[in-house]
Amino acid sequence: MTINIIIITALVTSALWTAMTVRLLRSAVGLAITSAILAILMFRLCSPIAAVFELSVCAGLIFAIFISAITVTGRITNEQIVLKKKLRLRRFWLLPVIVIIAAIVLTQIHFHAIFNLPAQPVENNVKIILWNMRHLDLLGQVVILLAGAFGVVILFKEWKND
Amino acid sequence: MTNDMSQLFWMCSIGGILVFIIGIYCILVTFNLIRAIIGLELLTKTVTLFLILAGYVTGRTGLAQALAITLIVIEVVVIAIAAGVILCVFRHNKTIDVKLLRNIKG
Repeated sequence: MTINIIIITALVTSALWTAMTVRLLRSAVGLAITSAILAILMFRLCSPIAAVFELSVCAGLIFAIFISAITVTGRITNEQIVLKKKLRLRRFWLLPVIVIIAAIVLTQIHFHAIFNLPAQPVENNVKIILWNMRHLDLLGQVVILLAGAFGVVILFKEWKND
Repeated sequence: MTNDMSQLFWMCSIGGILVFIIGIYCILVTFNLIRAIIGLELLTKTVTLFLILAGYVTGRTGLAQALAITLIVIEVVVIAIAAGVILCVFRHNKTIDVKLLRNIKG
């Protein structure tokens, strides 16, 4: 149980650092770390395939997309960082306070969940569920991926022409 | 449902709620478009966590994983399109600060 507490604390801390840090690059790194910690948690919750997806796609691909976007949108000087730090502190000082208060309030609640487990054994093989039972989801994923690819191509094509 | 499972469910729920609060605050307070997407990303992480958690406590980990994979695919497409739109905004306005975007119609 201790390891779970450590993982969840690390998850919240990295998410907080992602939101609070001034540099966008560090924010993107923080997001990738949050994804990696979430993948560990998912692995501990008996979902290894989703954890692998989370690790490879969210901590890898999305991180690369963010790095490209941050690189293109320009650099920030040290003077600007000092100025931004002051402004950011003014806007974000409330966030750690809210998170700490929410954590204290939530840990004080004594929660006992009662869930109805399925009476008959259910299929838990992801491959069978994805290919045999949720094939409409797969079709939707393919359509969305194609739409996304077209969208990105159109957006970047316009960029190239200029 | 065992006591350990109930405890784990509640701990993960607390973590998820806290990450959700951070994501919402990040979206509401920031003026930077990239940081707004990062906030959105934090929100989707919470949803993924709750999906997997629901599958774990009800014994339907396979279904939860299938839904989580679908969510992750959609998340990637949303982020890629949003990044492309941000690049277009930057090209036209030379800034991604929402306060400085004066020439948006509507």
